[in-house]
Amino acid sequence: MAQYKMHLLVCGGTGCRASQSEEIIKNLNTEIKNLGLENDAQVVTTGCFGFCEKGPIVKIVPDNTFYTQVKPEDCEEIVREHILKGRKVTRLLYEDPETHKHVEDSKHMGFYQKQLRIALRNCGFIDPENIDEYIARDGYAAIAKIFESMTPQQAIDEIKKSGLRGRGGGGFPTGLKWEIASKNSADQKYVVCNADEGDPGAFMDRSILEGDPHSVIEAMAICGYCIGATKGLVYIRAEYPLAIKRLQTAIKQAREYGLLGNDIMGSGFDFDIELKYGAGAFVCGEETSLIHSMEGLRGEPTVKPPFPAEKGYKGKPTNVNNVETFANVPVIYLKGADWYNKIGTEKSKGTKVFALAGKINNVGLIEVPMGITLREVIFEIGGGIKNGKKFKAVQTGGPSGGCLTEKHLDTPIDFDNLIASGSMMGSGGMIVMDEDDCMVAMAKFYLEFTVEESCGKCAPCRVGNKRLHEILEKICAGKGTEDDLEYLENLSKVIKDTSLCGLGQTSPNPVLSTLENFYDEYLSHVKERRCIAGSCKALKLYTIISDKCTGCTACTRACPVGAITGEKRQPHVIDADKCIRCGACYDKCKFTAIHVQ
Amino acid sequence: MNKIKSLDDLRKMKQSLEHGMNIREKSNSPESLVQIRVAMATCGIAAGARTVMNTLIEKIEKEKIPAVVTQGGCMGYCYAEPTIEVKVPGKDPVVFGNVDSKVAIEIVDKYIVNGELIDGVIPTNYQTINEQK
Repeated sequence: MAQYKMHLLVCGGTGCRASQSEEIIKNLNTEIKNLGLENDAQVVTTGCFGFCEKGPIVKIVPDNTFYTQVKPEDCEEIVREHILKGRKVTRLLYEDPETHKHVEDSKHMGFYQKQLRIALRNCGFIDPENIDEYIARDGYAAIAKIFESMTPQQAIDEIKKSGLRGRGGGGFPTGLKWEIASKNSADQKYVVCNADEGDPGAFMDRSILEGDPHSVIEAMAICGYCIGATKGLVYIRAEYPLAIKRLQTAIKQAREYGLLGNDIMGSGFDFDIELKYGAGAFVCGEETSLIHSMEGLRGEPTVKPPFPAEKGYKGKPTNVNNVETFANVPVIYLKGADWYNKIGTEKSKGTKVFALAGKINNVGLIEVPMGITLREVIFEIGGGIKNGKKFKAVQTGGPSGGCLTEKHLDTPIDFDNLIASGSMMGSGGMIVMDEDDCMVAMAKFYLEFTVEESCGKCAPCRVGNKRLHEILEKICAGKGTEDDLEYLENLSKVIKDTSLCGLGQTSPNPVLSTLENFYDEYLSHVKERRCIAGSCKALKLYTIISDKCTGCTACTRACPVGAITGEKRQPHVIDADKCIRCGACYDKCKFTAIHVQ
Repeated sequence: MNKIKSLDDLRKMKQSLEHGMNIREKSNSPESLVQIRVAMATCGIAAGARTVMNTLIEKIEKEKIPAVVTQGGCMGYCYAEPTIEVKVPGKDPVVFGNVDSKVAIEIVDKYIVNGELIDGVIPTNYQTINEQK
């Protein structure tokens, strides 16, 4: 093997590919060839680095130079300056938003300093389409260790001891789940990987599958060995073409190496994996719906019990875990349950991957130990709120979760604390909102999503969510009353109590948590017909400040509905009843005489 | 490709593959390794820095020394090229001048492994930007 002096790691995740990272890889290779440096430098396509805000990313090792927002035309300079002459291309280095200094290497970036990457250990580090790189990093060594020294029960005990809980949202103890499935005997059992990531703004599972597919394959095989299943199924949404492609490549390579198939590594254990594509329905994240969808039926939930561990896919015992849960498994065996157990809080062990999105400086994918505070995540790793605005709230757990506010900033994040704060961990989406975001509109947005995604099987969810959404629409349109607020709360509770599956049981959460944390904002919508954040269009009030108005008539001509009247060179007035709040007058006025409330 | 038929196969395979990932693994914890920086500006390259760098990389690979070799820009000692800077964990960095392949091996054997200084040390009286707080 050639003795390379450096590796150029280029992000090949969906985000960076969308901004031409494939082109960058091509150009880097061409330039390296032009300068005859083929034996010195190797270009590697990796998975997501997490720093999606500033993609495409090119990281050079061993000196850890972190180039951001690289364009295909920058490649020549990178190779000529950095690879050939050892001079960093300063203008492409990450610039610290506070000090405005360029950061020499990724070890000194605030974004990475507080992170602990377990599930993402190989993302942005190995080439996901090359099984050799995974094996070189102890890949498949966990399952080898189990074959060598553990019975299925011992292997289950190790996971139980580690304290790993399901990362898909529920937080159910993984070891216990495996144990239940292992105790139900049947001629065939199944291991299912839930890759139906559906929360708006979440991309944790996609990034793991794109960046490190083998860790999920290995973990599924381990789970199969533990519960006595020989077949694995990955339920993945068809909207993830790159993740599907990488997973297919990985499965093919694992089969070629004999790491999937019959008699894996001479252990006598058989296991193989098949992909099942979902059409992207949020309800299919719920395990019973997911199983029905895999069976070719409608993606509708059924009452539990029976749990999938008793009667799942094709009526056989089935263990369903989420992608991120699986990605943690091999490390637990390699480093030991005791090591894993020491990370995190008392009841939530290990780390959690979050997808940071919304009004935050560093949009991206992060992995942090449980117990970190929201403040550290948002202000230290996330780099604070965009454009120096004020932090207002963060929605965790997607449409099933709730919002957390300023008063929760110092609460350690774990499964139980988030629930106690009126939200939930969910799968790990974190959408940050600033002072310009209206919380009523936010709740309306999520309800719109759940109304769309409700399967329609049970009435509380099908009808109730629709009604909730209608009331929220009414409030945003400035037609709400105080009685509506009470009705919202009551209806929300009824939907939660009476819905069949997790979707309906959690869908009113955004309404309840905004009612609790931002009741004033609701009140000002219904009582004063005002939207404090200024985002509900129907509640905006345009007026002319008569002292500033010169009577130039520019606004009169701009107004599409003739709502502005007045004599030339005299202050004008806006008729609020005619005004459609389009803002044309505001844009036109040269004297800042238009006031928006 | 051959199938992995046993645990031994997997281990052997890992050993042969580890090598290719070495420089990436090392980049994870540079502060705990000996860091060798070869000045690779035009004058350095002209004086043979590339050969020196190759020699160093081969040497540390062969002897399995926990060190990482990176390249840097011009350090300003154009009269003494090729120059290399060696930073042993816990010690101040030392700059060596007029390093050819022979000297490079001597530096590894004597300074890095045994901690003895050898001739050719350039006294440094500068502060790097990283050290400024």
